[in-house]
Amino acid sequence: MYPLDWLEERSGLVGAVRYFLFRKVPGDTNWFHTLGSATLTAFLVQLVTGVILAMYYKPDPQNAHSSIDHITHDVTLGWLVRGMHKWGASVFIILMFMHMGRVFLFGAYKYPRELNWIIGVLLLATGLFEGLTGYLLPFDQTAYWATVVAININGTAPFVGPFLASLLRGGAEIGPDTLARFYSLHMLLIPGALIGLITLHLYLVIRLGVTSPPWSSEAAGSGRPPEPPPASAGLVRPRPRAAVKGRPTE
Amino acid sequence: MENPRGDDQRHQPPPSLWPVGFAVGVVCLLVGLIVSWPAAAVGAAIAVVFGFLWARDVVAAGRGPALPEPAEPEAAPTAPAMPEPDPVERFPRSVFLEMSTLGLGAVIGGIVTVPAIGFAVLPAFLKQHSPEVDLGPITDFPEGQYVVATFLRNPSEGEISRRTAYIRNNGLVSGKPSFTCISNRCAHLGCPVQPGGPVFDSKKQTVKTKNGEVDLIPALPAAGFICPCHGGAYDQEGNRTAGPPVRALDRYEFLIRDGHLVLAGTYSVASVSGSGAQAKIHRYQLAGPGQHIDSPEAWLYPVQPPH
Repeated sequence: MYPLDWLEERSGLVGAVRYFLFRKVPGDTNWFHTLGSATLTAFLVQLVTGVILAMYYKPDPQNAHSSIDHITHDVTLGWLVRGMHKWGASVFIILMFMHMGRVFLFGAYKYPRELNWIIGVLLLATGLFEGLTGYLLPFDQTAYWATVVAININGTAPFVGPFLASLLRGGAEIGPDTLARFYSLHMLLIPGALIGLITLHLYLVIRLGVTSPPWSSEAAGSGRPPEPPPASAGLVRPRPRAAVKGRPTE
Repeated sequence: MENPRGDDQRHQPPPSLWPVGFAVGVVCLLVGLIVSWPAAAVGAAIAVVFGFLWARDVVAAGRGPALPEPAEPEAAPTAPAMPEPDPVERFPRSVFLEMSTLGLGAVIGGIVTVPAIGFAVLPAFLKQHSPEVDLGPITDFPEGQYVVATFLRNPSEGEISRRTAYIRNNGLVSGKPSFTCISNRCAHLGCPVQPGGPVFDSKKQTVKTKNGEVDLIPALPAAGFICPCHGGAYDQEGNRTAGPPVRALDRYEFLIRDGHLVLAGTYSVASVSGSGAQAKIHRYQLAGPGQHIDSPEAWLYPVQPPH
């Protein structure tokens, strides 16, 4: 097809996408292997709905809650997009844990995929931080006090805790800048980190391939030809002394 | 016999750090043009000095005879036992260029990144202060009774700075007014503690002060103060009596100015012995909720950020 050929000739992108979509995976993958893609899909839903919500949301203490009210009750389909974002957040977190559980139970974190497990753990922490910062944004009583408690839990960390809490609040007390700070973290910094980590995660998935389930007959090593039997049974005949390297000949 | 590679190399200026200094000077000059004239002058001086040194080196390298070469061609064939100096040992120009490119990139990146990170981090720790709050005439606080005072700690910040304190007039102590000013911030994780008893909303009065409107509602916290979040409980002096809090409730410092009760900074309290005007308050520097201040665990929080 001409436009695709044009693109492929100049960028190689078509081949890259084709390689990604049609790469070989083990024949006995099953539905559990879709949890990672499901998590990615949930993240993309959050990304899209979040961008739309940002068009209507006002991140300052005076207007935040009324703008949420406006989104939910006045803006056409606002209730739907906000609902997708709100519930999708939980779906994203739950799917991350399920995906993690699948990887753990299938032993898919083992060599050579340890690094991808570590990136996954970072993704989990970053995703939870995304949840924490997003929770303040509706700016109702639940949001406010839950965030107060969350910040103060951070504040009880040994040595650095008090500074961590001040850093999160943007000051000694929750002030007018705290909400905008959380908003900026929630929609710029953390999603950027998530996108970067997801890119690395997918790169390693593609590079290292998908693991078979542990019960697979195609599991690693089972397809290897059998070891040749030893040339002679019993004790190995000692080599003549002269042949042993480093010994002076007699 | 002609050295096949020597002639080529002799005319190269030797690698030096002068261009780097020159570049730093130029950067300093350009930044100084925007930021301050003295910095620009310093930058110009650095650029001139390093530029001169650089130019001198380049010119000196161009003068071939300056190198003490002529003796070597005779010496080389007569002393073949001496191994030739390994050419790889020399600091090659390409490595120098790579390093200076990376270094300059790092410098530029740092110039951009460091102020941005400082802008994100430092405001959380600098210019922190607790403004004084005028709660109105002390005659509005009946002796021996708790009043729920709700006020804007910092009116310029708006509603977000609204705080609540439980104020009790303890009467006169040796001629001076005594008040108990308890913060409603739970010492567990910072939820708002509530009076354990009736709050007489119908007797609410609003006082206009320098801090805008202050609401004063009489209350009878017979059971002390109770936190709705995780069940922390305190007695009327703010001592922890039950639940997860690690210490007593924080208190406000107060002063009387022109007959008005004025709240100042907050401090943390390990415990209070006695009550009312005779209370002995074991006070500490303000710490965040959940942070120990007087037990061995207090070693976990040796330094507090500015409040």
